[in-house]
Amino acid sequence: MNWITNYVRPTINSFFSRRDTPENLWTKCESCGTMLFHRELKDNQNVCTNCGHHMAITPRERFAHLFDGGIFVEVDVPEPLADPLQFRDQKKYPDRMKAAQKKTGEKEAMLVAEGEIGRTPIVAAAQDFTFMGGSMGMYVGNAIIAGAERAVATGKPFVLFSAAGGARMQEGILSLMQMPRTTVAVQMLKEANLPYIVVLTHPTTGGVTASYAMLGDIQIAEPNALICFAGPRVIEQTIREKLPEGFQRAEYLLDHGMLDRVTPRTKLREELITIIRMLMGQPPAIVGDLPAPAAAPAEEAPAADSK
Amino acid sequence: MTHYLDFEKPLAEIEGKAEELRAIARQSEEMDVEDEAKALDRKAETLLKDLYSSLTPWRKCQVARHPNRPHCQDYIDALFTEFTPLAGDRNFADDHAVMGGMARFNGIPVVVIGQEKGHDTKTRIERNFGMARPEGYRKAIRLMELAHKFNMPVVTLVDTPGAYPGKGAEERGQSEAIARSTEKCLQIGVPIVSVVIGEGGSGGAVAFATADRVAMLEHSVYSVISPEGCASILWKDAEKMREAAEALRLTAQDLYKLGICDRIITEPMGGAHRDRKHTIASVGRCIEQMLGDLKDLKSKDLVAKRRKKFLDMGSKGLAA
Repeated sequence: MNWITNYVRPTINSFFSRRDTPENLWTKCESCGTMLFHRELKDNQNVCTNCGHHMAITPRERFAHLFDGGIFVEVDVPEPLADPLQFRDQKKYPDRMKAAQKKTGEKEAMLVAEGEIGRTPIVAAAQDFTFMGGSMGMYVGNAIIAGAERAVATGKPFVLFSAAGGARMQEGILSLMQMPRTTVAVQMLKEANLPYIVVLTHPTTGGVTASYAMLGDIQIAEPNALICFAGPRVIEQTIREKLPEGFQRAEYLLDHGMLDRVTPRTKLREELITIIRMLMGQPPAIVGDLPAPAAAPAEEAPAADSK
Repeated sequence: MTHYLDFEKPLAEIEGKAEELRAIARQSEEMDVEDEAKALDRKAETLLKDLYSSLTPWRKCQVARHPNRPHCQDYIDALFTEFTPLAGDRNFADDHAVMGGMARFNGIPVVVIGQEKGHDTKTRIERNFGMARPEGYRKAIRLMELAHKFNMPVVTLVDTPGAYPGKGAEERGQSEAIARSTEKCLQIGVPIVSVVIGEGGSGGAVAFATADRVAMLEHSVYSVISPEGCASILWKDAEKMREAAEALRLTAQDLYKLGICDRIITEPMGGAHRDRKHTIASVGRCIEQMLGDLKDLKSKDLVAKRRKKFLDMGSKGLAA
């Protein structure tokens, strides 16, 4: 601060100090420390181009990479009752919600969409870890049910990307009841003989792992994702010993028979296409450049880049 | 020897005094203290009523965890005949935190499953304080399949601080085991009724309590997280468990309002542990009524109704 910034009026002040360059051009990889250019990182789906470390990705960005041409249509999710318990800790629950909405620009912790991947129609849902730790409350439950119902109604497979610290404490017992509720949604898919594929991303823990995230026909995880019921800290407190290296990480679970595959994010799309087309009895996907897609239906808005 | 909870201290003093007086009277015959002792008894009774008519949520947690509270084994011994425990998950081990087997309830063959906490140091360790490992849930799944196949109703008794957070449990798929147990509860074509007799601890409880009818004892609790756990996360201070217990709405009364539990079973004045026999009998009557409600339903309708019940859950909140 110098005398002029104190003296000059705020409006004029902002005029003088306006910068043309955004601040976050570079992101430091949490794992190897390499400085990564934002555009390059975004093109690589938030995977470090140097060490392959998987950083968090929002559902919208994920879908932009997942669906053909980044085109998808959001599936409507019924609104649950806001703040059903009138929960208050150090902050009120509605205030925490508003803060999360402001931070993420999203309504809630899950996005459900339908579209095509490799010209294979699917319904997909992705959990948003940046929104209150992706926590599972009534809305996430409703989103999974809406996604499953949409998949059953249209005969499409359902792909779910999980990422959550667990149940949303601020919804108390109602968040716990999302375990059986989402299990019913999974059963709808199974009874309709539709594939339910879970992609577990970092981190997937607690009540989420102990319900819909562990009930997939195919269980895939992103590399090094933490996947557990009780977190490592809780276990260390209980057994009072250090846990082995890599404990509860995707590769560890794969070794212990709890997963089908561990697949890097950049290869996921191709793998999902291959798996789904086999499960749905469709011919192999066309390799190489895709033919131009047929004119998109009128209601399909390119929501991917509109953020 | 009665075990007093911290908030029962004044009660302990009065009851202790009455006991003392009577002990003195027994030694010297000419002393007549009965009037005085009776007055103390009355005082204790009023105090007990006062304390228990308005238990705070945290105090309810304490009562629900009371060491003398009747546990799963007590209910099985008293309410069922020909109990035949069935062990093991056919995969790795038998989990002693989960009791399960066939038995007769009012003469009808049923499958009964529940968490047992143990009643002294030795049994508590053996039972792992009622915290099941994956094997416990997989045993429950196996027993539910048996019930489904042979058309036996399932009765579950829920009393657990939660699923065991241990290294081995995680390695052997604790979350998958819980998820599959919940799934199995939703699949079986026989009636399934559940009573929360003490603590309904998070996912470990859901895996057993995803039932057609869920009853709770008056001072039992059922929650997504323990008040201590919630306090340490949201308040960054585990000592704020009173506030957390309040906020979480984990009492039987709140859960009834929210439509999560269908019935509340009244406890004797001063909690289940003050009259175990009476408590167990009330639970027995409740199970009988709940099973009676369901006995005429066809398998298909049972499953459909059970799923609808859970899908509809949460549509009404808690009126202020």
